[in-house]
Amino acid sequence: MTERVGVYVCHCGSNIAGTVDVADVARWAGEQANVAIARDYKFMCSSLGQELIAADIREKGLTRVVVAACSPHMHEKTFRNTCAQAGLNPYLFEMANIREHDSWATKDREAATLKAKALVKGAIERVVHHQPLEPLPVFINPNTLVVGGGIAGITAALELANAGHHVYLVEREPSIGGRMAQLDKTFPTLDCAACILTPRMVEVGQHEHITLFTYSEVEQVSGYVGNFTVTVRKRARHVDESLCTGCGICEEKCPKRVIDEGFGAGLGYRKAIYRPFPQAVPKYPVIDVANCTFFQRGKCKACQIVCPTGAINYDQQDEVLQIQVGNIILATGHVLFDPRRIPQYGYGRLANVFTSLEFERMVNAAGPTEGKIVLRDGVTPPRSVAIVHCVGSRDQNYHEYCSKVCCMYSLKFAHLIHERVPDAEVYNFYIDMRTPGKGYEEFYHRLLREGTHFVRGRVAEVTDAARLPGEEGKLIVQVEDTLIGKQRRIPVDMVILSPAMEAHADSREIAQRFGLGCDFNGFFTERHPKLDPVATMTEGLFIAGTCQGPKDIPESVTQGAAAAARVAGLIKQGTVMMEPVRAHIEEALCSGCRICNTLCPYNAIVFHADRGVSEVVTALCQGCGTCVAACPSQAITGAHFTNQQIMAEIEGVLWDVRPAELVEA
Amino acid sequence: MENTFEPVIVGFLCNWCSYRAADLAGTARIHYAPNLRPIRVMCSGRVEPQHVLAALRAGADGVMIAGCHPGECHYVEGNLKTMRRFYLLRRLLAQWGIEEERVQLVWASASEGNILAAAVDRMTEQVRALGPLRWQQQVLGADGQPSPAPLSREESAHAVAERAEMLP
Repeated sequence: MTERVGVYVCHCGSNIAGTVDVADVARWAGEQANVAIARDYKFMCSSLGQELIAADIREKGLTRVVVAACSPHMHEKTFRNTCAQAGLNPYLFEMANIREHDSWATKDREAATLKAKALVKGAIERVVHHQPLEPLPVFINPNTLVVGGGIAGITAALELANAGHHVYLVEREPSIGGRMAQLDKTFPTLDCAACILTPRMVEVGQHEHITLFTYSEVEQVSGYVGNFTVTVRKRARHVDESLCTGCGICEEKCPKRVIDEGFGAGLGYRKAIYRPFPQAVPKYPVIDVANCTFFQRGKCKACQIVCPTGAINYDQQDEVLQIQVGNIILATGHVLFDPRRIPQYGYGRLANVFTSLEFERMVNAAGPTEGKIVLRDGVTPPRSVAIVHCVGSRDQNYHEYCSKVCCMYSLKFAHLIHERVPDAEVYNFYIDMRTPGKGYEEFYHRLLREGTHFVRGRVAEVTDAARLPGEEGKLIVQVEDTLIGKQRRIPVDMVILSPAMEAHADSREIAQRFGLGCDFNGFFTERHPKLDPVATMTEGLFIAGTCQGPKDIPESVTQGAAAAARVAGLIKQGTVMMEPVRAHIEEALCSGCRICNTLCPYNAIVFHADRGVSEVVTALCQGCGTCVAACPSQAITGAHFTNQQIMAEIEGVLWDVRPAELVEA
Repeated sequence: MENTFEPVIVGFLCNWCSYRAADLAGTARIHYAPNLRPIRVMCSGRVEPQHVLAALRAGADGVMIAGCHPGECHYVEGNLKTMRRFYLLRRLLAQWGIEEERVQLVWASASEGNILAAAVDRMTEQVRALGPLRWQQQVLGADGQPSPAPLSREESAHAVAERAEMLP
């Protein structure tokens, strides 16, 4: 069998031709076995370049095509289409990357030309062994799962639901709203966070196309784009949602008060039966079993006695539901860095050191102090406040990244303090002031005019050990003011720490459950940081909001909407074509050793005990080839990456150095 | 005497990370040794020990396997399987007296063009220092026949040490 291979060497203007002797490569390629024609051309990806290939396929009867040009990640699709349009199966094409991997990576013309020949030879040898393949059509279930009911998840769910698609929204907490619901004002417009968020929450709660699961978690995900099966555990609220009217009498009469570590950021109290906040969606309360007197000691039942509709149900059990969806959007958000990890800042040891979230709750009119800014004693307003930026961020010891929003919310805090405690001195300790965004820099200038003191330098320590007169009874912020080059000790009444946004402690577990990647910091990895920021490497799985990295509300909203648009596009298509790069087990060769069974990260290999052989479920296989490499009987073939093809490519790229005895063989 | 030996290194690059890292290195015009001849695989987990052996036998002086950082695998954990195979293979190669530096495992994410380029440069220099791999003589023996009995661990360690001493 001889194949007729066409080899096309691209100049890419001077991008390739400037370093590689393209004419020489093409001339040399023309002399290789199986090559019917070899050409070089200015721009292969231009329509003229593509027509050249198409014409040769038709007129010269090419059965294989090699294009030596840029990375296959740039133009593989283009040339596959060219082949398909000329009647050649698109998988009978191979690309040799002589731009990114060669001409751009060296200045040595001779070496670059030699390397180009090796890459072209590898491609020629490989393409001869290519098999025609057909992409796999996959039906897209129009229902979508959104995980996380923060602003990103809410936006994604509403965008899809408003387009008429059904959405399942799963939220871990008893109410949707996420981090934004905890905030008081939003920068730089100083909109009240609740005022702009709660209408959207209500819309989610009432939407005919949204099924809301709060106090629920996704336990298991299986399947692939278009056909995911998701197991959701709906934890028992011990409140019958069909009877509860949300009147709140139970909460009022519950005798058990506990510190509100969740929504209240540990600053206030809630009851054992509670709604996280008055505007919670859904309106149904939850019994906190660990703190409920009835569950712990077997008596009380105050909530059941006072409930006018008999909605309290102590025997309620967790519900485990299975739902079918076509796409998944993860918007699981972030947590704040625990400042206790930086002991020299004194949080948890010095009473008047607060976190940003505590301050948000304190300054909120619905918070425990009804919006009054006071010290931990609950009555004394501070006369001086220090706001410390970059706590746990931009720090090699904790997180190297910039947490992006802290500068802006620290400015917002300064403004709110000026507003509520007009005679207080406010100090912002910053490393660099980072205010990129619409109206952000203007807000910074406004704060400069409002009289905030800005001290440039990372705070070394917050201490209550007075050394100088005037420091007694104060918290002293020790800092090197890098603008004047001096150590300063600034006594204040209150310190607010602005901790970094960080990924959930269990983000890696979540990533594993859904089958996507995490970076070193635990943030989910997008498909492409610039051009594909909401898609992931797993088809049908999208990410939005701070689970991908620190970002502010407008960015989270944008990503939520973007992810929804991507999903809507897939739903509209109805079916998608998937790359046929899949593993296949030749039953006659399979010894039934089951080595491959446990290797597959997608559980795509099933064992048939009756016949003693394994089989790959094509729909689940992602085509990594790990099983192919491991099979001791070589019974598994990885389509488009067969052993024959890889071995041929190895021999090809080594054409100039192969030992004589092998060349003869 | 100046060393004019240009080693040839076959690189098995993961489609999702190190292949893209090499793309990025090119796009960013990071110049590195042109001695690497990349072969794209979907996952470093697809690389079989026999691919490495085939490359060495077919004239390569070294083989680089490059994949995603542990925990960042596009296919969840393919790179961990690679790692397992890699260390087994290395013990095998050591028994044949093939130096550790000739077969290397590198982690480079799609954004780490500089790391991949630096790894190629480093490995090229290491292999250049070792000199050409003469598979035929070294592994099969001068007569082209397999050596009668594989070396014991001590023997192979000794053989490697001996070769190291012979280097300039």
